[in-house]
Amino acid sequence: MRCVAQFEVGYTGYLDHELRVSGPLPGFAREPAQLIAAYRAMTSARAFDRKAINLQRTGQLGTFASCLGEEAIAIAVGLAMRPEDVLLPMYRHHGAYLSRGVRMAELLAYWGGDERGMDFQSVREDFAVAVPIATQATHAVGVGYAFKYRNEPRVAVCVLGDGATSKGDFYEAINAAGVWELPVVFVVANNLWAISVPRPLQSRAQTLAQKAVAAGFEGEQVDGNDYIAVRDRLDQALERARSGQGPSLIEALTYRMGDHTTADDSRRYRSAEEVEAWRRRDPLDRLRSYLLQSGAWTEADDEALQAECQEEADQAAQIYLERPPQSPTSMFDYLYERLPRAYAEQRKALAGPSDD
Amino acid sequence: MPEMTLVGGVNAALAYEMAADDRVLVFGEDIGVNGGVFRATEGLQQRFGPARVIDTPLAEGLIAGMAVGLAAQGLRPVAEIQFMGFSYPTLDQLISHASRLRNRTRGRLTCPLVLRAPFGGGIHAPEHHSESTEALYAHIPGLRVVIPSSPARAYGLLLGAIRDPDPVVFLEPKRIYRLTKQEVADDGEAMPLDVCFVVRDGTDITLVTWGAMIHETLQAAEQLATKGISAEVIDVATLRPLDIETILESVAKTGRCVIIHEAPRSGGFGAEIAAVVAEHGLLNLLAPIARVTGYDTIMPLLKLEQHYLPSVERIMDTVYKTMEFA
Ligand SMILES: Cc1ncc(C[n+]2csc(CCOP(=O)(O)OP(=O)(O)O)c2C)c(N)n1
Ligand SMILES: [Mg+2]
Repeated sequence: MRCVAQFEVGYTGYLDHELRVSGPLPGFAREPAQLIAAYRAMTSARAFDRKAINLQRTGQLGTFASCLGEEAIAIAVGLAMRPEDVLLPMYRHHGAYLSRGVRMAELLAYWGGDERGMDFQSVREDFAVAVPIATQATHAVGVGYAFKYRNEPRVAVCVLGDGATSKGDFYEAINAAGVWELPVVFVVANNLWAISVPRPLQSRAQTLAQKAVAAGFEGEQVDGNDYIAVRDRLDQALERARSGQGPSLIEALTYRMGDHTTADDSRRYRSAEEVEAWRRRDPLDRLRSYLLQSGAWTEADDEALQAECQEEADQAAQIYLERPPQSPTSMFDYLYERLPRAYAEQRKALAGPSDD
Repeated sequence: MPEMTLVGGVNAALAYEMAADDRVLVFGEDIGVNGGVFRATEGLQQRFGPARVIDTPLAEGLIAGMAVGLAAQGLRPVAEIQFMGFSYPTLDQLISHASRLRNRTRGRLTCPLVLRAPFGGGIHAPEHHSESTEALYAHIPGLRVVIPSSPARAYGLLLGAIRDPDPVVFLEPKRIYRLTKQEVADDGEAMPLDVCFVVRDGTDITLVTWGAMIHETLQAAEQLATKGISAEVIDVATLRPLDIETILESVAKTGRCVIIHEAPRSGGFGAEIAAVVAEHGLLNLLAPIARVTGYDTIMPLLKLEQHYLPSVERIMDTVYKTMEFA
């Protein structure tokens, strides 16, 4: 038998959890201001997360999916994209929205059970979170096709989990993106768990990145807890997509440090030792230590930032909590552009005699 | 005026709207060079190019999902599913996204897509090619479900569906794709969605149907007329949202209502119509509402399909029984 095709899957990591740097750093990482901006965004996203969990625990928010431990991916996605690009996220990486200009109070509204939360006042073309796993992957194909059809230098960025890569939607989407060479970047946040199911039970494949190979384009792995690596590889993938060189898949290796959601208890299925081992790889600690070590950041700076982010999250919560609720009849008002006559009676029944 | 078949009406509407609006993209399996297995998209790729008339990979979930993405971007995707029997992977996208995109973003994103699929039995097709599962789609809030039953309505309703700002599932009764020809002006005039069409006036009984069964129902009405029974025939055309006024008005006039559909009886869309007539028109009824439908069985393969499909005789028998009530 002769070999008819051969593939490689690359891995990129610049800064590991013991602060060892490998290879020359990409340009942006040599500018402290850029890394500080990313660190600020990650810290802010974590403060948001903490606030959301507190609100849920005190009965003021619905079930919430924490991003704890995956902030490097979320923020790299948000900062690498241009405003005119379109984000198609799953439900976990709040920092991606936040660093694109979505307000914390908007996200809290959504997770608090108010549809207005996904009516972002900025990035109006970004998709709402996809709850049914991997269903946003084929939307990204449509969005990418629209960009290509209109000859616009824009990119669709689709974020999915490791579990999502087992679904047909994922395979169907990467396959079509390959066929049409679409400007789509698929980011797989491989946090090693899909609720209680560990990564080896999702797929026998050595990497999830290599699934892209079957779709005819490159897949690669990055250290998902190393902001510099994720951002660098995303920059490259976005540039390729923007300049007509087609889709990419980036598998970012990370860890879900918290429970799956506030409704989950991960002690049922994974060990404290495993969680502890990953705590030492925390993406925020890593970037903070690196910045402190480099002298571009001080403990005093850090204390001030923590306070600032706490304050920002508190204020967002206040705005969220003080917003008057929607009227019950709003459930009818966005079903169709104009409410069909067939619905009039039901809407009236809900509104009651006093209302319209 | 050109003479058109029903499938010709579909083709003419697609061509008209593609020429008028470059946001319209048509895609699906074998719809390009081959013009679709029923030739509904014949000639479109030659005329509008492969960027607008797209042969997709063989994946229905993809077709529906990409339609959502395109629609959210302001394009006007018209996707073809080759047969209704292969449309079920699209249900996830229709239920989870297309129907609720506007609602879950409070109008920020919208989903003006059309998903076309041929449906129904009676063409001696293989397994999975003959079912009528329109009720599955008609159960989804936020969608429109539109079914043409004549060449003119195929043309006019498809234009209406493409121009509609919300998602439309457009189901084409393939048994009558080429059954009749009709003069249809190719003038880009859309017909209204959300309304039923009274296709035959009558005074004694209301026959409510849609899709290919229009054909048997009109034949039955014709024969009933020779027996002195004047039947009014309503083509529902849009199942969701349902135009109950037109049906209730007719029943108020006739006092009798028979609903005819190919799909299985239990939980079929006829049940919804019967419920609405009972809720709002019971006091006008002179006889119980009756249904003539497919049986609650698996659609048989081609040797037995004629026994499954409602026939002119079954419709007439039911009408006679309904007329017996004083
Ligand atoms: C289609 C579908 N099946 C099941 C669920 C329930 N569910 C929610 S999250 C989840 C695990 C997803 O794992 P992964 O894709 O790895 O993302 P993660 O939550 O780990 O970030 C499951 C099974 C769902 N939301 N959608
Ligand atoms: Mg996971």
